[in-house]
Amino acid sequence: MNNNENIIEIRNVSKKFGDKCILNNVSISVKKGEFLTLLGPSGCGKTTLLRILAGFGTADSGEILINGKDITNVPPHERPVNTVFQRYALFPHLDVYENIAFGLKLQKVPVDEIDRRVRKVLKMVSMTDYEDRDVDSLSGGQQQRVAIARAIVNQPQVLLLDEPLSALDLKMRKDMQIELKEMHKKLGITFIYVTHDQEEALTLSDTIVVIDDGDIKQIGTPTDIYNEPQNSFVADFIGESNILNGRMIKDRHVEFVGHEFECIDEGFGENTAVDVVVRPEDIYIMNKTEGAHLTAKVKSCTFKGVHYEMFVDTDKGYELMIQDYNAFEPESEVGLIIRPADIQVMHKERLCNTFEGELIAEDKVEFLDAEWECLPQQGLSVGEKVKVEVDFSKVDLIDHPEDGNIEGEVAFLLYKGDHYHLSIKTHGSYIWIDTNDIWDKGDLVGINIAPKDIKISKCDD
Amino acid sequence: MKRFFAQCYIWLLLIVLYAPIVFIAVFSFTESKVLGNWTGFSTKLYSNLFTGNMQGTGSLMMAIQNTILIALIAATVSTILGTIAAIGIHNMKGRTKQTITFLNNIPMLNPDIITGVSLFLLFVFLHISQGYLTVILAHITFCTPYVVLSVLPKLTQMNPNIYEAALDLGATPFQALRKVLLPLLKPGMISGFILAFTMSLDDFAVTFFTRGTIGLDTLSTYIYTDARKGGLTPELRPMITIMFLGILILLIIINLRKARAARNAVQ
Repeated sequence: MNNNENIIEIRNVSKKFGDKCILNNVSISVKKGEFLTLLGPSGCGKTTLLRILAGFGTADSGEILINGKDITNVPPHERPVNTVFQRYALFPHLDVYENIAFGLKLQKVPVDEIDRRVRKVLKMVSMTDYEDRDVDSLSGGQQQRVAIARAIVNQPQVLLLDEPLSALDLKMRKDMQIELKEMHKKLGITFIYVTHDQEEALTLSDTIVVIDDGDIKQIGTPTDIYNEPQNSFVADFIGESNILNGRMIKDRHVEFVGHEFECIDEGFGENTAVDVVVRPEDIYIMNKTEGAHLTAKVKSCTFKGVHYEMFVDTDKGYELMIQDYNAFEPESEVGLIIRPADIQVMHKERLCNTFEGELIAEDKVEFLDAEWECLPQQGLSVGEKVKVEVDFSKVDLIDHPEDGNIEGEVAFLLYKGDHYHLSIKTHGSYIWIDTNDIWDKGDLVGINIAPKDIKISKCDD
Repeated sequence: MKRFFAQCYIWLLLIVLYAPIVFIAVFSFTESKVLGNWTGFSTKLYSNLFTGNMQGTGSLMMAIQNTILIALIAATVSTILGTIAAIGIHNMKGRTKQTITFLNNIPMLNPDIITGVSLFLLFVFLHISQGYLTVILAHITFCTPYVVLSVLPKLTQMNPNIYEAALDLGATPFQALRKVLLPLLKPGMISGFILAFTMSLDDFAVTFFTRGTIGLDTLSTYIYTDARKGGLTPELRPMITIMFLGILILLIIINLRKARAARNAVQ
C-alpha cells in the first residue's frame, strides 16, 4: 500500500451562513491511514467542515475528493465515510446489536456475516455482553462505544469523529483517548477528528489543523504545532505561552522584554518587528542572579500538581509565566535564562491597522462602513479611494457600544507581557488594538479614533 | 373547615359537569318513552338497540356505520398528512416556522360553525356535489392540525443527528424515514390518530353543513333530526351511554400511554 497517497483532498472550500463567513477557502490533504485533527475554538467552522465531508452540509464553492473521485455532490448515504456524532445519535428504538447492525442490514450483508462482524466490533469496543441492552439504559461512555462500533462495523475508508468525547467526564475521556488511538492503529483507516481540546489533539493526532474563524492557521504535526507555532493565535491556543513583541536585530539575535537574546532563527532581516513565543516550561529560573539573562521578582506561585506555576515581573516591567518543578517564594529575586533553541520567532501578522477607504469630504473619510472625522487632507481629492492606517495603540475602546463611532465585539485577546493585544470584530472585518485595560472575550465595545491618529495616503495601486 | 368547602366545591363542579350524562345513563335502564319518567328497572332498551327491535333501526345503523367509516378514513388520512406536515414544519427555521405553527393552530380555535359554513360555501363555489366526499374532506381539514400538534413535540425531543446518522450509515432518505424517523414518531402519530378519530366522531356542525341533501346521516346529525321529530327515540339513551363509555375508555388509554411515556423519559 502506498502510504503517501492522499485519501481526501479538500480544495478551496468556502461556506457562508447569511453574510457570516464560516469557512474561508480551506484546503487540506489527508493521507491514507492518517489521524488528522481539526482543532479550534467553538464556532471556528471545524464542525461545518466535518459536516461537509460527511455530506450533511454543502460548500458554497470548492470541491472534495475521496480517493481521487469528486464527491462534492454525492449524497451522504453513498459516501465511503461514517460518522461518530457528538451526542451519539443512537437509535433509541433499537437495541445495541440492532444499532450496530443497522448499516450492514441496509447493505444486505448475509445474516451470519452481520453476526460475526457485530460481535467482532463489540469485542473491539469492550461491550461484548451488552448486545441485547436498550441503548437508553447505557451510560454516556457505553453509548459512545456503541456509536463508534456502529460506525466502524461498516468498514469505512474514513471515520469522521465530531467531538466524540466532549460529553464524557475527564477520567473517562483520558481512557477513551487511549482506546481510540489503539483502535486507529488496529483498523488502519483514516480518522478525521474534530475537537476544541488542544491536549486531546496533541495526544491523538498525526496531523493537527488549527482553524480559527474559518481560516486555517497552521497545519503540522503535534510537535511542530507546539514547538514552532507560526502565529500568535496558534501559540496562544496550544498550551500555555508567553507571547511578546520583539525585534530581530540581525540573524540569530533577537530583542524582547528589553533584553537581547541569542536565538536560532535567521532570515527575518535586520531590525524587523516580530512576535516571540517562549513556553513557560522553557524559562530556567534560579535563586542567584549572576549569569542570568535577566532578573525578575516573583509575583505569585501556585502548585499545579506536577509543577509550580509562577508569574514574575522582569526588571524591565514585563510579566512572564514560568513553570518549574521547584517553588520560588513570592517577592524573592530570581535570575532567568532562556536558551536560544527555546525562543520561537514569528513574523508579525500586521504592524498597524490598514483599511481601504474613501475620502468623502476634505475632513471626512469612510472605512469600516462608517464615516470618520480626520484632519483636512491635502493632495487628495474628495471621492478618491485611499489607504487608511491607524496604530494599534491609537484606537479608543468605550464601555458603551452606542457611544462609539462604530460598535464591535472583542473576539480574541492576547497578553503580550506588558499590554493586551485585542482583535475586535466589527461588521465582519477586524480592528486590532493595544491596550492596558482589561476586557473579556465577547465584550461589546464602542470604537473611537481621534482625527489626528487617522493616517491617510494614496492607494498603492 | 376550609378543606371541607374546597372538597364541596370540587364535587359540586363534578356534579354539574357529569349530571346530564349520568341522567341519560340512569334513564337508559327504564322503558319509559318520555325522558324523566322512571317506570322501573329494565334493560329492554339495550336489547331493543341490539336486536333492531325499534323504530328507524335501519337508518340508525346506517348512521353509525357512516360515522365510524368517516372517522376512520379522516383519521387515517389526516395522520399521514399531519405527520408529513409536522416533519416539514420541524425543518423550517425562525419566522416561517412560527407563522406556520400559528396558522396550524387557528383551525383548532375557530368555531366549528364557521369552519362548517365556510367549507359549505367553498364546496358550492367549486361545484363539488356534497355527500360522503365533502364530509370526509371537511373532517380531514379540521383533524389534521391535531395530528401536527401531537407529532411536533416528538420531533423536537429527538436528537437532531439521528436522521443524519441513518443517512451516514447508508440509508437513502426514504429508508431513513421508514426505519428511523417513523418508528420514533409512532407514539405521537397514534395519539394524533386517536385524537383525530374522536374529533371526527364528535363533530356535528361541520358535518351538518357539508353533508348535502342526499340524506347522509352521521350519529350526531341523526340524533339531532330524531330529537326534532317529536322527542328522542328511547333507544338512543343506551346508545349515548355506550358511546360515552367508549370515549372514556379511549381517553384512559391515551392518558395511560402518556403516563408510561413520561415514566420512560424520567428513567
